[in-house]
Amino acid sequence: MKRRQRKIIRTIVVEIALIAISFVVLMPILLALTMSFKTSGEVFKYPPTIFPNSFYLGNYVRAFQSVHMGRLMLNSTIMALIIMLGKTIFGIFSGYAFSNFKFKGSSVLFALLFITLFMPAEMIMIVPLFEMMKKFHWINTYWALTMPFLASATSTFLMRQHFMTVPKELEDAAKIDGTGPMGFLFRILIPLSKSTIGGVAVINFVYAWNLYLWPLIVTNSDKMKTVQIGLRMLMNVESANDWGVIMAGTLMILAPSLILFFAIQKLFVQGIITTGLKE
Amino acid sequence: MLKKWVPYLLLLPTFIIIGFFIYYPAIMTFKMSAYRVSPFGNKVIYIGLKNFHSLFSSQEYMQVLSTTLIFVAVTVGVGLAISLLIALLLNEKVPGIGVFRTLMFAPYAISPAVAGTLWAFLLSPAAGYISYIFLEFFGIQPQWLTSYPLALVSIMMATIWKNLGFNIIFFLAGIQSIPKSYYEAATIDGANAAKRLFKITIPLVSPVTFYLVIMNIIFTTFSVFGTIDIMTQGGPGSTTTTLIYKLYRDGFVNYRTGLASTESIILLIIMSVFTYIYFKFAQRAVHYQ
Repeated sequence: MKRRQRKIIRTIVVEIALIAISFVVLMPILLALTMSFKTSGEVFKYPPTIFPNSFYLGNYVRAFQSVHMGRLMLNSTIMALIIMLGKTIFGIFSGYAFSNFKFKGSSVLFALLFITLFMPAEMIMIVPLFEMMKKFHWINTYWALTMPFLASATSTFLMRQHFMTVPKELEDAAKIDGTGPMGFLFRILIPLSKSTIGGVAVINFVYAWNLYLWPLIVTNSDKMKTVQIGLRMLMNVESANDWGVIMAGTLMILAPSLILFFAIQKLFVQGIITTGLKE
Repeated sequence: MLKKWVPYLLLLPTFIIIGFFIYYPAIMTFKMSAYRVSPFGNKVIYIGLKNFHSLFSSQEYMQVLSTTLIFVAVTVGVGLAISLLIALLLNEKVPGIGVFRTLMFAPYAISPAVAGTLWAFLLSPAAGYISYIFLEFFGIQPQWLTSYPLALVSIMMATIWKNLGFNIIFFLAGIQSIPKSYYEAATIDGANAAKRLFKITIPLVSPVTFYLVIMNIIFTTFSVFGTIDIMTQGGPGSTTTTLIYKLYRDGFVNYRTGLASTESIILLIIMSVFTYIYFKFAQRAVHYQ
């Protein structure tokens, strides 16, 4: 009886702690949301109101117009989709190569790929990479925004890790049936791995959507800029620091990745955990 | 005998991309730093080293180096401690735990730049809620984004917050992979909650911790760029300028390409050290599992 009571008290304490911490963790987003509905008069009111007096949508309209948000969204969507497709498809191929084949030089190639995990080239080697883009006349093009990111160690390891959990018997059975290695990949392995592939795709989309330094360097025309750079523009344009407008813009830019994350959170979490824990 | 070539063909696209956009520029970095500084182009290696020397003897660069060190150490240390505590709570079986997990994983989806605008707003002197709380309850008006060392603290807070989602996901997975029987045995032996935490949980999640330390070092060294660029642009003075921010400024604002390339090499060396540490200790760490 006493033990049960203690358990109930413990549950209540944990529950309260979790509610409090959730609030603190989500506070920046919640306050941004309420701020985004405030009129510019209310933004600087002291003491600040938590809930806006009005449901004012003008901030969203202004944020949308002042940095050509439509165009930024379009650019980021195209960039993120191409990167997502490249990383995911090539990740499936190379992951399959490392998981199901024995071949000469596999450990050297694996190491060469693994090292790149620690070398975000678009950051460390940004100067020569930028010179390359100039030489190719790729500045202000989708080529520069996407090509360096079309393949990565992360996607390869995620897919390899998943393929290694598929029972070997399946491959043997396919062999007996006369299915070649590519037939096995496309007809059996990929259909079996839909959820992992989905998780990897979302990780890659969010990664590309959130890129900052590289788009900043390789685009200078407003036509080719991406959403994250839009945040920089908003901070500069709204020099009076109208936080209502800036927060409205921030939320619009945050929304796609956050919604995607919530929508397939289970896959997403599974996906990133398998790589980290077992590697 | 076509079959023999299948794995190589499968790897081809990935290796073309990383060869072209990672390994080739890495080699070019070495060339560029030497080529740029040498007026004659013959004493390539010697001049390259001289460039290193001038960076390491510059007071500004040493300051940037120590800022980065402090920033990374505090952000990773404090960030992981908070994340572990939250993950422990999220491991409890209480009603609605699934919802709490989803909510606290959310910062994963947030970009460094978004973290920057959100925290710049919270800390802004006129409209920020944190500034309001400090004025109301403590009677002080800290200049979060425009004074030293608070500007660095502000960027630390934004980065710790942004990294929470990723860290909690991994810690929780690590905690859940510990067999329940360990705790049951310890409880029978009379170990209390604190003892179970320090003798079972923390040692057994250490492979995850190790992985997270390395990943967090990479995140905080590089992706912090967006947060700094939005919140302080390296200021006041250069007190929030980290290695990556200085590299960007030298390469693309001040157009000192040779110097920037040398800074790239230094970053490359630092990351190589971490890669080496990772390989060297990863095997030992995995032993626990």
